[in-house]
Amino acid sequence: MNPQLDADGRLRHFLDTEGLSRETLTHILDTAESFAEVSEHAVKKVPLLRGKTIVNLFFEASTRTRTTFELAAKRLSADVLNINISTSAAVKGESLLDTLRNLEAMHCDMFVVRHADSGAAHFMARHVQPHISVVNAGDGRHAHPTQAMLDAFTIRRHKPDFENLTVAIIGDILHSRVARSQIAALRILGVPEIRVVAPRTLLPAKPRALGVVPFTDLVEGVHGADVVITLRLQKERMRGALLPSEHEFFQLYGLTEERLREASPDAIVMHPGPINRGVEMDSRVADGPRSVILQQVSHGIAIRMAVMSITLGAIRSEGTT
Amino acid sequence: MNDTADLERAVRRMAESLTARLETDGRAEEPLMVGIHTGGVWLAERLHHRLGLQGELGTLDISFYRDDFTRIGINPQVRTSRLPFSVDDRRLILVDDVLHTGRTIRAAMNELFDYGRPAAILLAVLVDRGGRELPICPDVTGLRLDLPPGGHVKLTGPEPLALEILTEGRQ
Repeated sequence: MNPQLDADGRLRHFLDTEGLSRETLTHILDTAESFAEVSEHAVKKVPLLRGKTIVNLFFEASTRTRTTFELAAKRLSADVLNINISTSAAVKGESLLDTLRNLEAMHCDMFVVRHADSGAAHFMARHVQPHISVVNAGDGRHAHPTQAMLDAFTIRRHKPDFENLTVAIIGDILHSRVARSQIAALRILGVPEIRVVAPRTLLPAKPRALGVVPFTDLVEGVHGADVVITLRLQKERMRGALLPSEHEFFQLYGLTEERLREASPDAIVMHPGPINRGVEMDSRVADGPRSVILQQVSHGIAIRMAVMSITLGAIRSEGTT
Repeated sequence: MNDTADLERAVRRMAESLTARLETDGRAEEPLMVGIHTGGVWLAERLHHRLGLQGELGTLDISFYRDDFTRIGINPQVRTSRLPFSVDDRRLILVDDVLHTGRTIRAAMNELFDYGRPAAILLAVLVDRGGRELPICPDVTGLRLDLPPGGHVKLTGPEPLALEILTEGRQ
Protein backbone atom coordinates (compact mmCIF):
# COMPACT_ATOMS: atom_id res chain seq x y z
CA MET A 1 0.00 0.00 0.00
CA ASN A 2 1.13 3.54 -0.72
CA PRO A 3 2.43 4.97 2.60
CA GLN A 4 1.07 8.40 1.68
CA LEU A 5 -2.55 7.29 1.70
CA ASP A 6 -4.88 6.36 4.55
CA ALA A 7 -7.23 3.38 4.53
CA ASP A 8 -9.79 5.42 2.57
CA GLY A 9 -7.24 6.40 -0.08
CA ARG A 10 -6.96 9.99 1.15
CA LEU A 11 -3.64 11.80 1.03
CA ARG A 12 -2.28 11.82 4.62
CA HIS A 13 1.35 12.56 3.85
CA PHE A 14 2.84 14.01 0.71
CA LEU A 15 6.13 12.24 0.12
CA ASP A 16 6.36 11.63 -3.61
CA THR A 17 4.34 12.13 -6.76
CA GLU A 18 5.07 8.56 -7.82
CA GLY A 19 2.32 6.06 -7.19
CA LEU A 20 -0.46 8.63 -6.77
CA SER A 21 -3.55 8.69 -8.95
CA ARG A 22 -4.38 11.24 -11.57
CA GLU A 23 -7.42 12.22 -9.48
CA THR A 24 -5.24 12.98 -6.46
CA LEU A 25 -2.80 15.12 -8.46
CA THR A 26 -5.64 16.91 -10.23
CA HIS A 27 -7.31 17.56 -6.88
CA ILE A 28 -4.08 19.20 -5.65
CA LEU A 29 -3.90 21.36 -8.79
CA ASP A 30 -7.58 22.38 -8.57
CA THR A 31 -7.31 23.24 -4.88
CA ALA A 32 -4.16 25.27 -5.56
CA GLU A 33 -6.11 27.20 -8.19
CA SER A 34 -8.47 28.47 -5.48
CA PHE A 35 -5.57 29.30 -3.16
CA ALA A 36 -3.78 31.23 -5.92
CA GLU A 37 -6.73 33.59 -5.87
CA VAL A 38 -6.47 34.07 -2.08
CA SER A 39 -2.98 35.52 -2.58
CA GLU A 40 -4.51 38.32 -4.64
CA HIS A 41 -6.84 39.51 -1.88
CA ALA A 42 -6.19 42.49 0.36
CA VAL A 43 -6.14 40.03 3.28
CA LYS A 44 -3.94 37.25 1.92
CA LYS A 45 -5.07 34.80 4.53
CA VAL A 46 -7.79 32.25 5.20
CA PRO A 47 -8.56 30.72 8.60
CA LEU A 48 -8.44 27.09 7.43
CA LEU A 49 -5.53 25.84 9.56
CA ARG A 50 -6.03 28.12 12.54
CA GLY A 51 -4.69 26.44 15.64
CA LYS A 52 -2.46 24.01 13.72
CA THR A 53 1.28 24.04 14.19
CA ILE A 54 3.52 23.35 11.22
CA VAL A 55 7.22 22.68 11.67
CA ASN A 56 9.62 23.35 8.82
CA LEU A 57 12.37 20.89 9.54
CA PHE A 58 15.27 21.68 7.25
CA PHE A 59 18.34 19.48 7.51
CA GLU A 60 19.61 21.00 4.28
CA ALA A 61 19.90 24.68 3.46
CA SER A 62 17.15 26.21 1.36
CA THR A 63 15.76 29.70 1.18
CA ARG A 64 13.11 29.62 -1.49
CA THR A 65 11.48 26.33 -0.60
CA ARG A 66 11.46 27.08 3.12
CA THR A 67 10.08 30.59 2.73
CA THR A 68 7.31 29.48 0.39
CA PHE A 69 6.33 26.70 2.80
CA GLU A 70 6.38 29.25 5.60
CA LEU A 71 4.24 31.75 3.69
CA ALA A 72 1.84 28.98 2.66
CA ALA A 73 1.37 27.93 6.29
CA LYS A 74 0.90 31.54 7.42
CA ARG A 75 -1.65 32.25 4.69
CA LEU A 76 -3.60 29.28 6.04
CA SER A 77 -3.40 30.85 9.54
CA ALA A 78 -1.25 28.04 10.95
CA ASP A 79 1.55 28.70 13.41
CA VAL A 80 4.97 28.02 11.93
CA LEU A 81 8.18 26.92 13.51
CA ASN A 82 11.36 26.98 11.40
CA ILE A 83 14.06 24.64 12.56
CA ASN A 84 17.38 24.60 10.80
CA ILE A 85 18.89 21.35 11.98
CA SER A 86 22.22 21.68 10.21
CA THR A 87 23.03 24.30 12.82
CA SER A 88 21.45 22.62 15.83
CA ALA A 89 20.74 19.15 17.16
CA ALA A 90 22.14 17.05 14.34
CA VAL A 91 25.48 18.66 14.93
CA LYS A 92 25.23 17.64 18.57
CA GLY A 93 24.59 14.05 17.53
CA GLU A 94 20.84 13.85 18.14
CA SER A 95 19.23 11.16 15.98
CA LEU A 96 16.38 11.89 13.56
CA LEU A 97 14.04 9.82 15.71
CA ASP A 98 14.95 11.76 18.86
CA THR A 99 14.40 15.06 17.07
CA LEU A 100 11.03 13.73 15.95
CA ARG A 101 9.95 12.66 19.45
CA ASN A 102 10.93 16.02 20.90
CA LEU A 103 8.93 17.93 18.32
CA GLU A 104 5.94 15.62 18.77
CA ALA A 105 6.00 16.44 22.46
CA MET A 106 5.40 20.07 21.45
CA HIS A 107 2.07 19.03 19.88
CA CYS A 108 2.83 19.79 16.26
CA ASP A 109 0.48 18.80 13.44
CA MET A 110 2.75 18.72 10.43
CA PHE A 111 6.41 18.28 9.60
CA VAL A 112 7.75 19.72 6.39
CA VAL A 113 11.04 17.93 5.93
CA ARG A 114 14.07 18.54 3.78
CA HIS A 115 16.96 16.16 4.20
CA ALA A 116 20.10 15.21 2.27
CA ASP A 117 19.31 11.50 2.61
CA SER A 118 16.91 9.82 0.21
CA GLY A 119 14.00 8.32 2.13
CA ALA A 120 14.20 10.65 5.16
CA ALA A 121 10.62 11.89 4.73
CA HIS A 122 9.31 8.33 4.30
CA PHE A 123 11.17 7.35 7.46
CA MET A 124 9.51 10.15 9.40
CA ALA A 125 6.08 9.35 7.99
CA ARG A 126 6.49 5.76 9.21
CA HIS A 127 7.41 6.87 12.70
CA VAL A 128 5.26 9.91 13.47
CA GLN A 129 2.18 9.74 15.66
CA PRO A 130 -1.01 9.09 13.70
CA HIS A 131 -2.30 12.67 13.89
CA ILE A 132 0.79 14.16 12.23
CA SER A 133 1.27 14.72 8.50
CA VAL A 134 4.66 14.70 6.82
CA VAL A 135 5.37 16.69 3.67
CA ASN A 136 8.55 16.01 1.75
CA ALA A 137 10.36 19.23 0.84
CA GLY A 138 13.16 17.34 -0.91
CA ASP A 139 15.02 14.20 0.18
CA GLY A 140 18.45 13.43 -1.23
CA ARG A 141 18.26 12.37 -4.86
CA HIS A 142 14.85 10.86 -4.36
CA ALA A 143 11.87 13.21 -4.57
CA HIS A 144 10.69 16.81 -4.40
CA PRO A 145 6.97 16.43 -4.93
CA THR A 146 5.76 19.98 -4.19
CA GLN A 147 8.25 21.34 -6.74
CA ALA A 148 6.92 18.86 -9.30
CA MET A 149 3.34 19.91 -8.55
CA LEU A 150 4.04 23.63 -8.78
CA ASP A 151 5.70 22.94 -12.13
CA ALA A 152 2.66 20.97 -13.28
CA PHE A 153 0.46 23.85 -12.05
CA THR A 154 2.52 26.38 -14.00
CA ILE A 155 2.39 24.21 -17.12
CA ARG A 156 -1.39 23.77 -16.78
CA ARG A 157 -1.91 27.53 -16.47
CA HIS A 158 -0.22 28.01 -19.85
CA LYS A 159 -1.05 24.72 -21.57
CA PRO A 160 -4.24 23.29 -20.07
CA ASP A 161 -4.21 20.05 -22.03
CA PHE A 162 -1.52 17.75 -20.60
CA GLU A 163 -2.36 15.08 -23.15
CA ASN A 164 -1.00 17.07 -26.06
CA LEU A 165 2.32 18.19 -24.68
CA THR A 166 5.97 17.57 -25.32
CA VAL A 167 8.11 18.44 -22.32
CA ALA A 168 11.92 18.58 -22.44
CA ILE A 169 13.90 18.48 -19.19
CA ILE A 170 17.51 19.58 -19.52
CA GLY A 171 20.34 19.02 -17.06
CA ASP A 172 21.49 16.61 -14.42
CA ILE A 173 18.62 14.14 -14.71
CA LEU A 174 20.53 11.36 -12.97
CA HIS A 175 20.95 13.10 -9.62
CA SER A 176 17.88 15.33 -9.66
CA ARG A 177 15.02 14.73 -7.22
CA VAL A 178 13.17 17.50 -9.03
CA ALA A 179 13.41 15.69 -12.38
CA ARG A 180 12.38 12.39 -10.83
CA SER A 181 9.24 13.85 -9.24
CA GLN A 182 8.45 15.91 -12.35
CA ILE A 183 8.64 12.88 -14.61
CA ALA A 184 6.35 10.87 -12.33
CA ALA A 185 3.83 13.73 -12.00
CA LEU A 186 3.73 14.57 -15.70
CA ARG A 187 3.33 10.93 -16.69
CA ILE A 188 0.46 10.47 -14.23
CA LEU A 189 -1.18 13.65 -15.54
CA GLY A 190 -1.03 12.24 -19.06
CA VAL A 191 1.86 14.03 -20.79
CA PRO A 192 2.62 11.74 -23.75
CA GLU A 193 6.19 12.79 -24.47
CA ILE A 194 8.79 13.60 -21.85
CA ARG A 195 12.34 14.06 -23.04
CA VAL A 196 15.44 14.21 -20.92
CA VAL A 197 18.43 16.07 -22.32
CA ALA A 198 21.88 15.73 -20.77
CA PRO A 199 25.41 14.50 -21.34
CA ARG A 200 25.58 10.74 -21.18
CA THR A 201 27.18 10.85 -17.71
CA LEU A 202 24.11 12.64 -16.29
CA LEU A 203 21.39 10.57 -17.93
CA PRO A 204 19.66 7.77 -16.03
CA ALA A 205 20.80 4.27 -16.95
CA LYS A 206 17.43 3.10 -18.25
CA PRO A 207 15.49 6.18 -19.38
CA ARG A 208 12.91 4.13 -21.27
CA ALA A 209 11.99 2.35 -18.05
CA LEU A 210 11.15 5.78 -16.60
CA GLY A 211 8.98 6.46 -19.62
CA VAL A 212 11.20 9.22 -20.98
CA VAL A 213 13.09 9.67 -24.22
CA PRO A 214 16.82 10.46 -23.81
CA PHE A 215 18.71 13.02 -25.89
CA THR A 216 22.35 13.98 -25.70
CA ASP A 217 21.92 16.77 -28.22
CA LEU A 218 20.17 19.87 -26.90
CA VAL A 219 18.85 21.14 -30.22
CA GLU A 220 17.31 17.76 -31.04
CA GLY A 221 15.96 17.49 -27.53
CA VAL A 222 14.09 20.81 -27.51
CA HIS A 223 12.91 20.57 -31.12
CA GLY A 224 9.16 21.15 -31.14
CA ALA A 225 8.89 21.08 -27.32
CA ASP A 226 6.00 22.98 -25.68
CA VAL A 227 7.68 23.17 -22.29
CA VAL A 228 11.43 23.46 -21.69
CA ILE A 229 12.54 22.83 -18.12
CA THR A 230 16.15 23.41 -17.13
CA LEU A 231 17.46 21.97 -13.87
CA ARG A 232 19.92 23.56 -11.51
CA LEU A 233 23.43 22.19 -11.99
CA GLN A 234 24.95 21.31 -8.64
CA LYS A 235 28.53 22.46 -8.31
CA GLU A 236 29.61 19.18 -6.73
CA ARG A 237 29.00 17.36 -10.02
CA MET A 238 31.97 19.19 -11.42
CA ARG A 239 34.16 17.86 -8.65
CA GLY A 240 32.92 14.30 -9.20
CA ALA A 241 34.42 14.20 -12.72
CA LEU A 242 30.96 13.83 -14.28
CA LEU A 243 31.30 17.18 -15.98
CA PRO A 244 34.41 18.92 -17.23
CA SER A 245 33.39 22.51 -16.33
CA GLU A 246 30.47 24.91 -16.09
CA HIS A 247 31.71 26.68 -19.15
CA GLU A 248 31.71 23.51 -21.19
CA PHE A 249 28.24 22.59 -19.94
CA PHE A 250 26.92 25.94 -21.13
CA GLN A 251 28.60 25.50 -24.52
CA LEU A 252 26.74 22.25 -25.08
CA TYR A 253 23.62 22.39 -22.89
CA GLY A 254 23.08 26.02 -21.94
CA LEU A 255 19.69 27.32 -23.09
CA THR A 256 20.15 30.33 -25.38
CA GLU A 257 17.62 32.27 -27.43
CA GLU A 258 19.02 30.72 -30.57
CA ARG A 259 18.59 27.17 -29.29
CA LEU A 260 15.16 27.97 -27.92
CA ARG A 261 14.05 28.80 -31.47
CA GLU A 262 13.97 25.05 -32.03
CA ALA A 263 11.15 24.69 -29.54
CA SER A 264 7.49 25.30 -30.31
CA PRO A 265 6.83 29.02 -31.03
CA ASP A 266 4.76 29.38 -27.84
CA ALA A 267 7.01 27.24 -25.65
CA ILE A 268 7.47 28.22 -22.00
CA VAL A 269 10.79 28.05 -20.16
CA MET A 270 11.00 26.89 -16.56
CA HIS A 271 13.65 26.47 -13.88
CA PRO A 272 13.24 25.38 -10.25
CA GLY A 273 15.71 28.07 -9.12
CA PRO A 274 18.08 29.40 -8.14
CA ILE A 275 19.45 29.85 -11.65
CA ASN A 276 23.15 29.68 -12.42
CA ARG A 277 23.08 32.35 -15.11
CA GLY A 278 25.41 31.49 -17.95
CA VAL A 279 25.49 27.83 -16.91
CA GLU A 280 21.99 26.36 -17.35
CA MET A 281 20.68 29.27 -19.35
CA ASP A 282 21.49 32.65 -20.76
CA SER A 283 20.12 35.67 -18.88
CA ARG A 284 18.23 36.75 -21.96
CA VAL A 285 16.25 33.51 -21.79
CA ALA A 286 15.80 33.61 -18.01
CA ASP A 287 14.43 37.17 -18.17
CA GLY A 288 12.83 36.79 -21.59
CA PRO A 289 9.18 36.66 -22.64
CA ARG A 290 8.92 32.87 -22.55
CA SER A 291 10.31 32.54 -19.05
CA VAL A 292 7.72 31.66 -16.39
CA ILE A 293 10.32 31.20 -13.66
CA LEU A 294 8.92 33.86 -11.32
CA GLN A 295 5.40 32.54 -11.78
CA GLN A 296 6.73 29.20 -10.57
CA VAL A 297 7.71 30.86 -7.31
CA SER A 298 4.23 32.37 -6.76
CA HIS A 299 2.56 29.10 -7.71
CA GLY A 300 4.75 27.34 -5.18
CA ILE A 301 2.86 29.07 -2.38
CA ALA A 302 -0.55 28.04 -3.73
CA ILE A 303 0.54 24.43 -4.28
CA ARG A 304 1.96 24.20 -0.76
CA MET A 305 -1.25 25.66 0.69
CA ALA A 306 -3.19 22.99 -1.19
CA VAL A 307 -0.96 20.14 -0.05
CA MET A 308 -1.02 21.31 3.58
CA SER A 309 -4.77 21.65 3.73
CA ILE A 310 -5.48 18.41 1.88
CA THR A 311 -3.16 16.30 4.05
CA LEU A 312 -4.17 17.93 7.35
CA GLY A 313 -7.80 17.73 6.30
CA ALA A 314 -7.46 14.00 5.72
CA ILE A 315 -6.73 13.47 9.38
CA ARG A 316 -9.93 13.13 11.26
CA SER A 317 -9.36 14.94 14.45
CA GLU A 318 -12.04 13.26 16.56
CA GLY A 319 -10.39 11.89 19.64
CA THR A 320 -7.21 13.87 19.19
CA THR A 321 -8.37 17.41 19.86
CA MET B 1 -45.80 21.93 -4.71
CA ASN B 2 -42.24 23.09 -5.36
CA ASP B 3 -42.14 22.92 -9.09
CA THR B 4 -40.13 25.26 -11.25
CA ALA B 5 -42.98 27.75 -11.73
CA ASP B 6 -43.43 28.00 -7.94
CA LEU B 7 -39.72 28.63 -7.51
CA GLU B 8 -39.65 31.33 -10.15
CA ARG B 9 -42.64 32.97 -8.43
CA ALA B 10 -40.77 32.80 -5.14
CA VAL B 11 -37.76 34.45 -6.77
CA ARG B 12 -40.00 37.23 -8.10
CA ARG B 13 -41.47 37.82 -4.63
CA MET B 14 -37.96 37.91 -3.21
CA ALA B 15 -36.97 40.56 -5.74
CA GLU B 16 -40.02 42.65 -4.77
CA SER B 17 -39.29 42.32 -1.05
CA LEU B 18 -35.65 43.24 -1.62
CA THR B 19 -36.64 46.33 -3.60
CA ALA B 20 -39.03 47.41 -0.84
CA ARG B 21 -36.43 46.73 1.82
CA LEU B 22 -33.73 48.68 0.00
CA GLU B 23 -36.05 51.69 -0.39
CA THR B 24 -36.65 51.88 3.35
CA ASP B 25 -32.87 52.12 3.86
CA GLY B 26 -32.95 55.44 2.06
CA ARG B 27 -29.49 55.06 0.57
CA ALA B 28 -28.99 56.25 -2.98
CA GLU B 29 -26.04 54.03 -3.77
CA GLU B 30 -26.80 50.77 -5.54
CA PRO B 31 -26.21 47.65 -3.44
CA LEU B 32 -23.72 44.95 -4.45
CA MET B 33 -24.89 41.38 -4.77
CA VAL B 34 -22.89 38.33 -3.73
CA GLY B 35 -24.01 34.74 -4.33
CA ILE B 36 -22.69 31.76 -2.38
CA HIS B 37 -21.57 28.81 -4.53
CA THR B 38 -23.29 26.96 -6.08
CA GLY B 39 -27.06 27.29 -5.63
CA GLY B 40 -26.75 30.79 -4.20
CA VAL B 41 -25.04 31.96 -7.37
CA TRP B 42 -27.88 30.65 -9.56
CA LEU B 43 -30.38 32.47 -7.39
CA ALA B 44 -28.26 35.63 -7.25
CA GLU B 45 -28.05 35.71 -11.04
CA ARG B 46 -31.84 35.81 -11.22
CA LEU B 47 -32.24 38.41 -8.46
CA HIS B 48 -29.46 40.54 -9.94
CA HIS B 49 -31.32 40.56 -13.23
CA ARG B 50 -34.73 41.27 -11.67
CA LEU B 51 -33.39 44.14 -9.57
CA GLY B 52 -31.65 45.53 -12.66
CA LEU B 53 -28.37 46.00 -10.80
CA GLN B 54 -25.56 47.54 -12.85
CA GLY B 55 -22.60 46.28 -10.82
CA GLU B 56 -21.04 42.92 -11.49
CA LEU B 57 -22.26 39.96 -9.44
CA GLY B 58 -19.81 38.65 -6.84
CA THR B 59 -19.42 34.97 -6.02
CA LEU B 60 -18.20 33.38 -2.82
CA ASP B 61 -16.90 29.88 -2.09
CA ILE B 62 -16.77 29.56 1.67
CA SER B 63 -14.79 26.29 1.75
CA PHE B 64 -11.74 27.89 3.34
CA TYR B 65 -13.88 29.48 6.07
CA ARG B 66 -15.92 26.45 7.14
CA ASP B 67 -15.91 25.43 10.78
CA ASP B 68 -15.92 21.69 10.10
CA PHE B 69 -12.51 21.40 8.40
CA THR B 70 -11.08 19.31 11.24
CA ARG B 71 -14.06 16.95 10.97
CA ILE B 72 -14.47 16.43 7.27
CA GLY B 73 -11.33 17.91 5.68
CA ILE B 74 -11.14 20.13 2.67
CA ASN B 75 -14.01 20.36 0.22
CA PRO B 76 -13.03 18.26 -2.80
CA GLN B 77 -14.50 20.85 -5.14
CA VAL B 78 -13.49 24.35 -4.17
CA ARG B 79 -14.54 27.06 -6.58
CA THR B 80 -13.00 30.48 -6.58
CA SER B 81 -14.41 33.43 -4.73
CA ARG B 82 -14.63 36.45 -6.95
CA LEU B 83 -15.60 39.87 -5.71
CA PRO B 84 -14.81 42.26 -8.59
CA PHE B 85 -15.41 45.34 -6.42
CA SER B 86 -14.43 46.88 -3.12
CA VAL B 87 -16.90 46.00 -0.36
CA ASP B 88 -15.78 48.91 1.83
CA ASP B 89 -18.73 51.05 2.97
CA ARG B 90 -21.11 49.35 0.54
CA ARG B 91 -24.45 47.63 1.16
CA LEU B 92 -24.19 43.96 0.25
CA ILE B 93 -26.97 41.52 -0.51
CA LEU B 94 -25.74 38.05 0.38
CA VAL B 95 -27.68 35.35 -1.44
CA ASP B 96 -27.89 31.63 -0.70
CA ASP B 97 -30.22 28.84 -1.75
CA VAL B 98 -30.99 27.05 1.52
CA LEU B 99 -30.66 28.40 5.06
CA HIS B 100 -30.33 25.67 7.68
CA THR B 101 -27.89 25.85 10.63
CA GLY B 102 -26.56 29.29 9.69
CA ARG B 103 -22.96 28.07 9.65
CA THR B 104 -22.51 28.77 5.94
CA ILE B 105 -23.66 32.35 6.45
CA ARG B 106 -21.29 32.76 9.42
CA ALA B 107 -18.42 31.54 7.19
CA ALA B 108 -19.52 33.79 4.32
CA MET B 109 -19.60 36.87 6.55
CA ASN B 110 -16.13 36.09 7.89
CA GLU B 111 -14.87 35.83 4.34
CA LEU B 112 -16.57 39.09 3.30
CA PHE B 113 -14.84 40.90 6.16
CA ASP B 114 -11.49 39.70 4.84
CA TYR B 115 -12.26 41.76 1.74
CA GLY B 116 -13.12 44.90 3.64
CA ARG B 117 -15.73 46.53 5.88
CA PRO B 118 -19.17 46.62 4.31
CA ALA B 119 -21.65 49.26 5.48
CA ALA B 120 -24.39 46.62 5.81
CA ILE B 121 -25.19 43.07 4.76
CA LEU B 122 -28.69 41.85 3.89
CA LEU B 123 -29.36 38.14 3.69
CA ALA B 124 -31.67 36.72 1.03
CA VAL B 125 -32.41 32.98 0.89
CA LEU B 126 -34.69 30.96 -1.34
CA VAL B 127 -35.56 28.33 1.27
CA ASP B 128 -35.56 28.66 5.05
CA ARG B 129 -35.79 25.12 6.35
CA GLY B 130 -35.35 25.97 10.04
CA GLY B 131 -32.91 24.19 12.35
CA ARG B 132 -30.74 27.21 13.12
CA GLU B 133 -27.69 26.70 15.35
CA LEU B 134 -26.48 30.29 15.19
CA PRO B 135 -28.29 33.61 15.69
CA ILE B 136 -28.76 34.32 11.99
CA CYS B 137 -32.00 35.57 10.50
CA PRO B 138 -32.68 36.21 6.79
CA ASP B 139 -33.99 39.60 5.67
CA VAL B 140 -35.78 38.13 2.66
CA THR B 141 -37.05 34.56 2.31
CA GLY B 142 -38.59 32.84 -0.72
CA LEU B 143 -40.11 29.75 0.88
CA ARG B 144 -40.35 28.18 4.30
CA LEU B 145 -40.05 24.43 4.61
CA ASP B 146 -40.67 22.46 7.75
CA LEU B 147 -38.18 19.63 7.56
CA PRO B 148 -37.23 17.13 10.26
CA PRO B 149 -33.58 17.33 11.47
CA GLY B 150 -32.48 14.39 9.28
CA GLY B 151 -34.23 15.80 6.21
CA HIS B 152 -32.40 17.27 3.29
CA VAL B 153 -33.20 19.89 0.69
CA LYS B 154 -31.08 20.82 -2.25
CA LEU B 155 -31.51 23.26 -5.10
CA THR B 156 -30.71 21.91 -8.54
CA GLY B 157 -30.14 24.14 -11.54
CA PRO B 158 -29.20 26.46 -13.02
CA GLU B 159 -31.87 25.86 -15.67
CA PRO B 160 -34.52 25.09 -14.55
CA LEU B 161 -34.41 25.61 -10.81
CA ALA B 162 -35.88 22.73 -8.82
CA LEU B 163 -35.84 21.53 -5.23
CA GLU B 164 -34.83 18.02 -4.25
CA ILE B 165 -36.41 17.20 -0.91
CA LEU B 166 -35.69 14.15 1.23
CA THR B 167 -37.67 13.98 4.44
CA GLU B 168 -35.40 11.50 6.16
CA GLY B 169 -31.78 10.40 5.99
CA ARG B 170 -29.08 12.06 3.99
CA GLN B 171 -28.18 10.93 0.51
